[in-house]
Amino acid sequence: MKQLKTIRYTGMGIFLLGLLIFTITPFLGEIQVTDEIFKANLSENEYANLKEPLAEISKQTYNTGAGFGSDFKRVFNEVDERLKANEEWGKVMWTPSSDTALKLVMSANKGVVASNQLLFFLLTFGLCILGSLVYILTDLKIKGPPGIKNDGIYHDSATNRGWVGMLSFGWLFFFYIILYFYPYIIADTITLTQPIKSWFVEDEVPSKWFLYGLMYTVTMLVMGVRMIIKYRHNKYQIVRTITVVLFQLIFAFLLVEILPTFGLPGKDLKNAWPLDYQFLFDWNVQDLLANGQFGKFVFVWGISLSVIVVPVMVYFYGKRWYCSWVCGCGGLAETLGDPYRQLSSKKMWSWKLERWMIHSVLVFAVLMTVFVGYHTWNVFQNPEMENKEILFGFSAYDIRNYYSFLIGSIFAGVIGTGFYPILGNRAWCRFGCPLAAYMGIVQRFKSRFRITTNGGQCISCGNCSTYCEQGIDVRAYAQKGQNIVRASCVGCGVCSAVCPRGVLKLENGPEDGRFGNEGPIVLGNQGFELKDN
Amino acid sequence: MSQKVVIIGNGIAGVTAARHIRKNSDDEILIISAETEFFFSRTALMYVYMGHMRFEDIKPYEDWFWKKNRIDLMFDYVQSIDFEQKQLDLKKGQSVSYDKLILAVGSKPNKFGWPGQDLKGVQGLYTYQDLEEVEENSKNARNAVIVGGGLIGVELAEMFISRGIAVTFLVREGRFWGNVLPKEEGELITRHIREHHVDLRLNTELDEIIDDGNGQVKEIRTKDGEVIPCQIVGLTAGVSPNVEFLRGSNLKVDRGIVVNAYMETNMPDVYAIGDCAQFDNPVDGRRPVEQVWYTGRIMGETVAQNIAGNRKAYEPGPWFNSAKFFDIEYQTYGWVLAQLQENETDFYWEHENGKIALHVVWDQTTKEFKGVNVFGIRLRHELFDNWLKNRASIEEVMANLKTANFDPEFYTHYEEAILNQFNEKSRLNISFKKRSWWRNLLTKQVG
Repeated sequence: MKQLKTIRYTGMGIFLLGLLIFTITPFLGEIQVTDEIFKANLSENEYANLKEPLAEISKQTYNTGAGFGSDFKRVFNEVDERLKANEEWGKVMWTPSSDTALKLVMSANKGVVASNQLLFFLLTFGLCILGSLVYILTDLKIKGPPGIKNDGIYHDSATNRGWVGMLSFGWLFFFYIILYFYPYIIADTITLTQPIKSWFVEDEVPSKWFLYGLMYTVTMLVMGVRMIIKYRHNKYQIVRTITVVLFQLIFAFLLVEILPTFGLPGKDLKNAWPLDYQFLFDWNVQDLLANGQFGKFVFVWGISLSVIVVPVMVYFYGKRWYCSWVCGCGGLAETLGDPYRQLSSKKMWSWKLERWMIHSVLVFAVLMTVFVGYHTWNVFQNPEMENKEILFGFSAYDIRNYYSFLIGSIFAGVIGTGFYPILGNRAWCRFGCPLAAYMGIVQRFKSRFRITTNGGQCISCGNCSTYCEQGIDVRAYAQKGQNIVRASCVGCGVCSAVCPRGVLKLENGPEDGRFGNEGPIVLGNQGFELKDN
Repeated sequence: MSQKVVIIGNGIAGVTAARHIRKNSDDEILIISAETEFFFSRTALMYVYMGHMRFEDIKPYEDWFWKKNRIDLMFDYVQSIDFEQKQLDLKKGQSVSYDKLILAVGSKPNKFGWPGQDLKGVQGLYTYQDLEEVEENSKNARNAVIVGGGLIGVELAEMFISRGIAVTFLVREGRFWGNVLPKEEGELITRHIREHHVDLRLNTELDEIIDDGNGQVKEIRTKDGEVIPCQIVGLTAGVSPNVEFLRGSNLKVDRGIVVNAYMETNMPDVYAIGDCAQFDNPVDGRRPVEQVWYTGRIMGETVAQNIAGNRKAYEPGPWFNSAKFFDIEYQTYGWVLAQLQENETDFYWEHENGKIALHVVWDQTTKEFKGVNVFGIRLRHELFDNWLKNRASIEEVMANLKTANFDPEFYTHYEEAILNQFNEKSRLNISFKKRSWWRNLLTKQVG
């Protein structure tokens, strides 16, 4: 046992070393953006505007993408402001300066990371994977025979909002902010994924989304192993975990990389509108319709996925078929997020807040899509109307930018994942995901899915509610002998797993009687009938 | 007519009574407890210690629930009751009057007069205060001794193991929970407890708990003279009704507060429910004092009907219970007693991994199904409740085992193996009925 613990902490050490190296890579750059590089990467207009003001910058060597990026953006924005003030609209630069800065750093970087990409890939991803797996595999012995192992979760500062949890939160939070809004800072980190990107396309420069996709998929794979070990006595959890990880690996990662090598659009085929809020954006539709039979197929598939497949599957199996078996957000929540599931609020006020928020996002998503879809229609069919669509003073571009920023980046990313250690692992799925809202309505009113309560066996212990990642007070139903039929239930099955008395079972069955409170409730009392109790 | 109902005790029995009185009447309701301000689930105390939950997570209702439902709460200790004046004397000096009084005062861990039983470090696990105490006692403990082979004993063992405290578990009988479980089940659980590195000593009795000179436990000695060093002693040899403060009054108290089937005591307008109640005339074969969660709840439901003027006798359905021993879940429906009763016969199946088992008992002559014990498999309560009420035959039960299964989806099923072995041993030839949605089966096939 002592040896095992040594191995375990060694694994932890290796992981932390990898994480540390990963975290300092942005400071290991050697960036000199020469005039040639500016010329090669900027548009003609941009180059003409910026050539002189950038002369100073092009002589300097920066150690960090952050340093270069802030100088570049300052110059870029000054010039742009001046052009706008002078109303020289033909010369104004519309591209986001952060993306341009990233592109420049990626081309100019000669730092130690950029020169030793494979080495740094192994020192970051490699060490993190190795260390985590060593740590996780010792669970097999250290935590004893298979069974529910939640010992010490609320004593551990990583999982009880203690200092380790706060540090994890801070790391994730800043990572997301940088990834979305200041990507040039982590140009060196993006560079180290080059060896993997080259597997798909020789020498193609990886984008920030490649880094993110790789991290996401690797994290799900490693934490999926943890999930399977933790629930190795529970076949539902094993099957579900393997499925959701494979969907991420194959559909969200491999196919997205491989399809373009065949000249096809690299789309995540399982990503359904309105979670995929960009589906009717003009560039997406153009991209699909310009890509032959396959592109058209993806377009038709996308529509039928949302309109037919999603509701039909929710009718038969509940929304779990998507949320905890297929979805990428759900997949990360069920693997990386599993240690944080107890942190979701079970209070009545949070249920009320949840219903307001998630349905508001759904309404926002629908309005945005209709409006943006109308714009897309005009692009194809009605060019004279294009860009003249205005709703309450907003253009289609405005509204889709607001949605992308507020919902796509801030809510789904920064809050959805960054806040795992504070709000629990399903904050996005519970409060924000419009697809979850849509499926929730179907699940609540027209579905065969329910969690059955086993008669009167409940002892109100509260494990089910505590470990419900969606913040459902499962016990409130179970202790009254009622079944659980809730819009937000993603069917992860953990309430059933942690129940010490065998009270809960996820199942699909006839709609009749699915709420379990229509007739007398079997609670072991035959003296009188307890109806809706 | 609104009356004032006072309930002493905020456990599952008292709280269920209050909730159901509120559903059925507009009475003024007051719950007095000296243990905690708000109701919590006693059965979940172990999970707080083990870090699965925080204390607030084991409170089944949020704190605003009580006010919203007009159930007044008072955090005080009742010192004495004047049944003639219908008045309670509280420790903080106040006195409270009632129209109807419900005693739901629970029980206390048994102490059998062992020398040293009141030393520091010696405790039971029943109340919130016990939880605080076990936290305190665990701080510097490396070894614990648990006395008494029942459910709370195994919970305490699991708790200590989760904190890395070595456990020696003394059980007087020849097998674990020997007065309740048949031999095979007792052995199955015994093996599992040992698998978790608990030093389980069967046929071993406590003789003395020994002081370290400062009033703190240092070690214990068994009747065989063995000395086991320890810093904690868990006393879990059952519980008894908490009725000492009522003795000497006009209230009829035996082991517990004596009640009839309507939960009425010998004093007018005074009722007793839950762990502290003792039936003068127990319902078919049940014990006079029933100290489990579900019976507390059912008694609470019953007394509420009576107070609301809807006269109903305590009529629990067929017996059921459940527990979890470390990783192994246990459920039971009907009666599978430690020893077969007259004219009963049984069938026991155990998986080769030694952790999954099913034990059925039925009447030899009438083939009436009597009960089932099951380990590592979950079964549907509603279905067994129906079978037991309708005196279903063992054939019917065995033929519908697949429908009765309540395990999560994708779990391995053992019904085929069970039935094959059953047919072999019982020389019956039962085949499975088509696995139907269980609800259909309830309405169409049973009864």
